[in-house]
Amino acid sequence: MENFIEILITGLRSGSIYALIALGYTMVYGIAKMINFAHGDIIMIGAYALYVFIELLHMPVVPAVICTIAVCAVLGICIEKVAYKPLRKATPLAVLITAIGVSYFLQSAVLLIFGGTPISFASIIDSKALSLKIGSITLSGITIVTLAVTTISMIALTLFIQKTKTGRAMRAVSEDKGAAELMGINVNRTISITFAIGSALAAIAGILYICQFQSLKPTLGALPGIKAFVAAVLGGIGSIPGAMLGGILLGVIESVSKNVSGELADAIVFGVLVVVLLVKPSGLLGKNKTEKV
Amino acid sequence: MALLEVKNLGISFGGLRAVDQFHVSIEKRQLYGLIGPNGAGKTTIFNLLTGVYKPTEGSILLDGISLVGKGPAQINQVGIARTFQNIRLFHKMTVLDNVKVALHNQIKYSVMEGVLRLPGYFKREKEMDKKALELLEVFNLHEEAGIIAANLPYGKQRKLEIARAMATNPKLILLDEPAAGMNPNETEELMENIRFIRDKFEMTILLIEHDMKLVAGICEQITVLNFGTELASGTPDMVLNDPKVITAYLGE
Amino acid sequence: MTKNRKNDKIKIVYSILAIVVIYILLKIAIDGGILNRQYRSLIVPIGINIILAVSLNLTTGFLGELALGHAGFMAIGAYVGALITLNMNASVYVELPLALLAGGLSAALAGLIIGIPVLRLRGDYLAIVTLAFNQIIISIINSMKVTNGAQGLSKIETYTNYKHFTSAFILVVITIIVIRNFVHSKHGRAVCAVRDNMIAAEASGLQVSRYKILAFAIAAFFAGVAGVIYAHNVSIIKPTNFEYTKSIEILVMVVLGGMGSIKGSIIAAAALTVLPEFLRGADDFRMLLYATVLIVMMLFNQSGVRDRLLGKRKLLSNSKNVKGE
Repeated sequence: MENFIEILITGLRSGSIYALIALGYTMVYGIAKMINFAHGDIIMIGAYALYVFIELLHMPVVPAVICTIAVCAVLGICIEKVAYKPLRKATPLAVLITAIGVSYFLQSAVLLIFGGTPISFASIIDSKALSLKIGSITLSGITIVTLAVTTISMIALTLFIQKTKTGRAMRAVSEDKGAAELMGINVNRTISITFAIGSALAAIAGILYICQFQSLKPTLGALPGIKAFVAAVLGGIGSIPGAMLGGILLGVIESVSKNVSGELADAIVFGVLVVVLLVKPSGLLGKNKTEKV
Repeated sequence: MALLEVKNLGISFGGLRAVDQFHVSIEKRQLYGLIGPNGAGKTTIFNLLTGVYKPTEGSILLDGISLVGKGPAQINQVGIARTFQNIRLFHKMTVLDNVKVALHNQIKYSVMEGVLRLPGYFKREKEMDKKALELLEVFNLHEEAGIIAANLPYGKQRKLEIARAMATNPKLILLDEPAAGMNPNETEELMENIRFIRDKFEMTILLIEHDMKLVAGICEQITVLNFGTELASGTPDMVLNDPKVITAYLGE
Repeated sequence: MTKNRKNDKIKIVYSILAIVVIYILLKIAIDGGILNRQYRSLIVPIGINIILAVSLNLTTGFLGELALGHAGFMAIGAYVGALITLNMNASVYVELPLALLAGGLSAALAGLIIGIPVLRLRGDYLAIVTLAFNQIIISIINSMKVTNGAQGLSKIETYTNYKHFTSAFILVVITIIVIRNFVHSKHGRAVCAVRDNMIAAEASGLQVSRYKILAFAIAAFFAGVAGVIYAHNVSIIKPTNFEYTKSIEILVMVVLGGMGSIKGSIIAAAALTVLPEFLRGADDFRMLLYATVLIVMMLFNQSGVRDRLLGKRKLLSNSKNVKGE
């Protein structure tokens, strides 16, 4: 039983990171109708940026975290402006390939600057000091911080989208870009903001991720990126609550299946996705679109 | 017996009753019109007849064969072809290929024959070309056979859609607003075409149309639909002078 | 019509000529030592990538479904083929054809199985499910004993290295001819019709699901064949060789070459296989350049310069109008 709860908590921890990344995928998809394949690499950039600010520039933790988030948000906006904006009228496939190009670009740029050998980087969270013991179960500091940070981020995002004017504009643009433009919404600006928020969430995910794994390499974003993408689709791509649900579910399923069979864990995770999509072709909370004849 | 017998047809979307107790009986070689204000359920009836939607209740018989529960492809093979209100061509393919796709169930050869280019392939392809060009000629489209369908002008796209529907060798053809977006000259020509295919191929035609001139000009029987149910039915003269119909169209 | 047929005949003669000339040139270049080792060893990989790109074009370009699992089929072919030649003690002329056939057929079978969910899903959802299948296949191979898990299989006979590039060359030619002929047959037309307008295709009496599955199975077959060639080219195979990133690499070739253009797939596959080697002089900048080239090419494609060069501009702008209506 305790073992099971521990597995569950591990799942929740990685799941909430997936959820943060999945939110970026889903928001960008909702608004720009594109799969931002380079999103996973923003996580990697976030991890490296934190490393630069802490280890190389010797900044204190809080400003370093803020700078990291800012770097990623700006990077997200730049990528959109340079690579995706000219393709806004192109086929989704052309945009996908460009996104893949951006992903390769970011990875190889980091490879060029920092080299391919993994760099070890100690966690900025003092895990022992923050750990919590409930009965016989110990919650590590990383787990507590991760759960707290992701929960706060998700609440903040939900409030932002539901309550603010910009949030309303984002919802309008994702519903109907043309109509939103006619209503006086600045579509370009809204898309930029979406990319900025998505990338900022990826930066947070990157920071949490690197605190857990403590080793930097240029491809570190690929795996959480693709898993989070699966999570976004599982929850119904384009749906914000769907991304949260999908991420957490995916984390828990993964954690449980790793316990069942280490080698087949991936097969089980992806198998669940296939089964869910067969039953609900547009994901758990996705809107079912049928073509009108 | 009538070619198409529809009895008590109905469908609901959630709580909305889109079509209710719809009856129609169309004789062979008849030109039948279905008219009604926007949202009356005309296209929904087409979708029910062609298997795009499954009816909540009622029966559809074509030549005595029940169509309820069959899918669109099966229904086409039983003998109903259609066109669409918002033109649905195979837009990246040539005009000729659009029609050849529709000959798929008429002229057959195996995948092996096609891949290995056995004699059967050349023979059947030639047969298809011939048949498709004949049909295109009826609609005066044979000169454009090699053009990509998307590049045809609007009026010709509508005609190509009819030609394609004809190529599936149907017993009954459903035309969904065939004259929509056409100028008076084009409409005139289209009326000729419709009469021609009826006479030459002994085709039975059911059409939805807003253009009253076209409807009154070529339809022998009309049903007027309002709020998913039949408002009036009969010859064009009778129906178009019916006070109920005038009210439905023009208001009180 | 007779004129068309005559044109067809001339085309066939030219194609045969082109194939023979390319073969002779390759033969001279390899045997005559014109190519150095680095480029010589690229000949067969180019062929493998051509087979992969042309076959993926069937699903992505002609059927119009975004599939991200091609490397999974390739993996099945590679492992089945390698296991056959590793466990048999027959001559190349028996072993290799058998391996190719078995590899292709087992991949096609997988294609059939994966084709079924394809019927229910479209667009991005389909893409992610094919990607998922790719990873499931890898994960299963990773956990099996007969495939030697993560270590993979080694000491596979190099039946298709550059010294024996003829067999690979023939297979490339066969793949291109089969896919081309299929696309230009009534069945291929049906596949394209499903892509252009599924609802109209159904209304025209086509069993849409049959053609979707058919296209998936044929594409998977050739991916399997490519896998067998790959295994006997590199001699060592591991599950990680066939990750979804390889699928994406193939997709990039297809999109860059032009959806639904077989010629484009061939050129793009060859170019993108050579490009990284070509950039080897730039060493550390290699991947960065590759990525930049990829992005710039996509942006360039979109600006319409390429279409204008190929005279396709009109077609594209008009098809956009139709969508807008």
